[in-house]
Amino acid sequence: MSGAVGRPQVAPLPPSPIGETVPRRDGAAKVTGAARFATDLSVPGMARARVLRSPYAHARIRSIDASGALALPGVVAAVSAADLPDVNIYYGHALADHPLLADGVIRYAGEPVVGIVAEDAITADEALALVRVEYEPLTAVTTVEAALASDAPVIHEHAAEERPHRGFEERIERDHPNVCSRARHHWGNIDAAFEGAHLVVEGTYRYPMSYAYAMEPYTSIAHWTDGGLTVWSSCQHPFMVRDDLARCFNLPLSRVRVIVPYVGGGYGSKSYTKIEPLTAALALRAGRPVKLALSIDESILTTRGDGALVHIESAFDADGRLRGRRAEILLNTGAYAENSPLVGRKAANRIAGPYRIPAVDVTCRVVYTNTAPASSFRGFGAPQGNLAGESQIDEAAERLGLDPLELRRRNVVAPGERLWPKARGMDANLEDDLCLVAEALDWWNPAPAGHGRALGISASDAGSEPVTTSLVRVQADGSVTVTAGSTEIGQGSSTVLAQIAAGEMGVPIDRVQLLQSDTAAVSYDRSTGASRTTTIMGLAIQAAARDARSQLVEWASEVFAEGDDVEEVAGGVLVDGEVRDWGAIVRAWFGGAYGEVVGRGYLRREGTTAEMPPFWEVGCVGVEVSVDEETGKIRVERLVTLGDVGQAINPQLAESQDLGAAIMGMGMALGEELVYTDDGSLLGGTLVDYRVPRASDIPPFVPILAQRGDGVGVYGAKGGGEGALNPVAAAIANAVYRATGARLREAPFTPERVWRALHERDDAASGD
Amino acid sequence: MPESVDIAFVVNGRQAGVRVEPRETIADVLRERLGLTGLKISCDAQVCGACTVLVDGLAVSGCTYLAVDADGREVATVEGLARDGRLSPLQQAFIDEAAFQCGFCTPGMLMAATALLEENPKPSRDDVVAAIDGNLCRCTGYVPIVEAVLRAAEAGR
Repeated sequence: MSGAVGRPQVAPLPPSPIGETVPRRDGAAKVTGAARFATDLSVPGMARARVLRSPYAHARIRSIDASGALALPGVVAAVSAADLPDVNIYYGHALADHPLLADGVIRYAGEPVVGIVAEDAITADEALALVRVEYEPLTAVTTVEAALASDAPVIHEHAAEERPHRGFEERIERDHPNVCSRARHHWGNIDAAFEGAHLVVEGTYRYPMSYAYAMEPYTSIAHWTDGGLTVWSSCQHPFMVRDDLARCFNLPLSRVRVIVPYVGGGYGSKSYTKIEPLTAALALRAGRPVKLALSIDESILTTRGDGALVHIESAFDADGRLRGRRAEILLNTGAYAENSPLVGRKAANRIAGPYRIPAVDVTCRVVYTNTAPASSFRGFGAPQGNLAGESQIDEAAERLGLDPLELRRRNVVAPGERLWPKARGMDANLEDDLCLVAEALDWWNPAPAGHGRALGISASDAGSEPVTTSLVRVQADGSVTVTAGSTEIGQGSSTVLAQIAAGEMGVPIDRVQLLQSDTAAVSYDRSTGASRTTTIMGLAIQAAARDARSQLVEWASEVFAEGDDVEEVAGGVLVDGEVRDWGAIVRAWFGGAYGEVVGRGYLRREGTTAEMPPFWEVGCVGVEVSVDEETGKIRVERLVTLGDVGQAINPQLAESQDLGAAIMGMGMALGEELVYTDDGSLLGGTLVDYRVPRASDIPPFVPILAQRGDGVGVYGAKGGGEGALNPVAAAIANAVYRATGARLREAPFTPERVWRALHERDDAASGD
Repeated sequence: MPESVDIAFVVNGRQAGVRVEPRETIADVLRERLGLTGLKISCDAQVCGACTVLVDGLAVSGCTYLAVDADGREVATVEGLARDGRLSPLQQAFIDEAAFQCGFCTPGMLMAATALLEENPKPSRDDVVAAIDGNLCRCTGYVPIVEAVLRAAEAGR
């Protein structure tokens, strides 16, 4: 049994909708326009806010004069940090280093300086131009190299408070004023591993600063009432946002209510707290509800993905066994820590790859720069390192004269084997996964002329902390209400979790109503991220359903069988040859037509979820590419994804998660990149310039689901949805090498970079 | 600021009359005045297609189409696709193929595909890709969307 705490367990019922492609339960709402997102909501008396942002990347604020804005008819309030003495303005997931409005210092271009509240958004917009801010510009640093120079300007003068939710227990180490955090992942004798090596491959790789482009921009509405604070937000983790708001405004957790309607894409970029404290502060000063709806251009400036500079060496025996791997990773986290200290820790462990390596020594430094803050983004440190790690496997295979698939097969850990000391044993069969992808890629037959094929793999310690609760409430008519603090961000949690509840309660899925993401109405869930919801929330719902059933069986015995045992059947009990459904039991026990039973499911680090990570998320993909040697343009001819999900609760949704993730990875491999000028201006910074994949970019796609029932979750399930992104960039780089002989080490592989690599190849061949 | 003007147009078969400022877009008017929040604003720069509505049967970006230009025309939004509570074949195909995840691009995607199917009831796969190439989706990888449009075309035959 899982780490769920509850009443004595009863036998599982036939899980009827489990493994079935049940239609999405949010379907009707989403195809009719009825689905409400935060941007669609309003509250009576609501005013609108806009934000004045700094044009400088690094500056001191000399003065702010908002009197002109306040004189404009329709303007309700103009708020800067100095106007919030009663608010703890610093927040942040790992470190409380992030002021909700600039506190005398500007650390990136686009940082919020003044919030304007007005009767309508157009008036608020017009008022922005009437605010006078005097800045004293300072030297900006935008790259990790510049930020780590000995004479680099210091971006944060003081160390910030470390936050308890940050996802790890160790103190955050710093070894340079601009190092936000430092993580080291190591074991074995690394020097000996390299000294005795038959082959050492060494290289430097770059992964771009990226933008998740959740199509719904960050939006929040704050409403102060005499009972406390209510916030509607486009966030993934309502309970964490609640906790941050309580801290900022010195409120009990129970008096902060965060409600999340449908969320228009997250991919990690809506993890943790973004604009909610600012919105609540503006509402506090305005004395009325305030809606702050950012534009996409502002959302790009709010959170991005960490760029990476990676130097890595891998040591091999003559027979291809990995002896050691060492790496230095520098993550460009921008102006504020957000969750990058954890991204850095994950990058450090994930770069080792899912391989049996006797010695590993990886250091990752998360570096502050004067750029927009970086934080969680699908894959979470894995894609940044995977490009380096998986490129090296192919580079080594060539030099060893081995097939890259064979080299991987020799090195991947076996089922049950630990990737590092104290980690959960591998809950997947990686060698079989690789072979399934290779088969779909037609690996053992030659690729068409001019084409190259490659495959790649990753394993991520996923699932986050298994701290989650759920309530399963069976009503007097036998219908079931399930609470889940997990957010429907498009991944299909509203469908999958209802399937689990229906299967566990033995009732049709249309008798199950799932209530999600309202901190005042549902019980605690840590987060919707790290691919954890199906696994972790699924276990909590299972425990709650079993707790409800065990109570119902007890009640049935009491009211129908004078205390004798009754036989449980799907959806009820059998008494004297008659099925009494759950509703009949509830009604009889309460003695009328009313009542309900409340089943509780609690999950913590205990039992099967004691070991970390709760599960390994495997990413395994294959690609076939061709390259236009004249232009350097890469064309992906075929894409294979493998979702090693243990048990797909809903196969259609599991497969579509993999496709979406892989295409996102392809976007970053081929073109997505945020580019800063040396003075800290974001070049472009709109969707016009930041080109994401379109329908015409999509290659023929082969989805595979590996279902071996080897996950810790319900029915052997484990998480998916991020893994397929991680190995895509390296697979494309390796396939390009096999097609052309040109090696790519800097993503994205734009036509210009590919063209240059092709010319370097030609220059090397001609001996120049 | 130029004076506000009265405009009248048909939305999803019903007459609508509003007084608008010349700078207001059809997206503003539909979302803020008429309560039709189905269309979404994402890039706000005519790149993503989330705000796609039909004006006289043609797909336009609501974020840049001025409301005054809709005067006297017929506007169709996602709210008008279902008739008498019954989903259109295209809407049903989107559900059957799981052609959305977060759903933020879906209203615009449905309208772009509706315009295609009205003009070309038997589109090829390439026709479908071309018709939705101006509509971004960050979740699905597009494959299920293309399948759904083809399926709807098949169902409509």
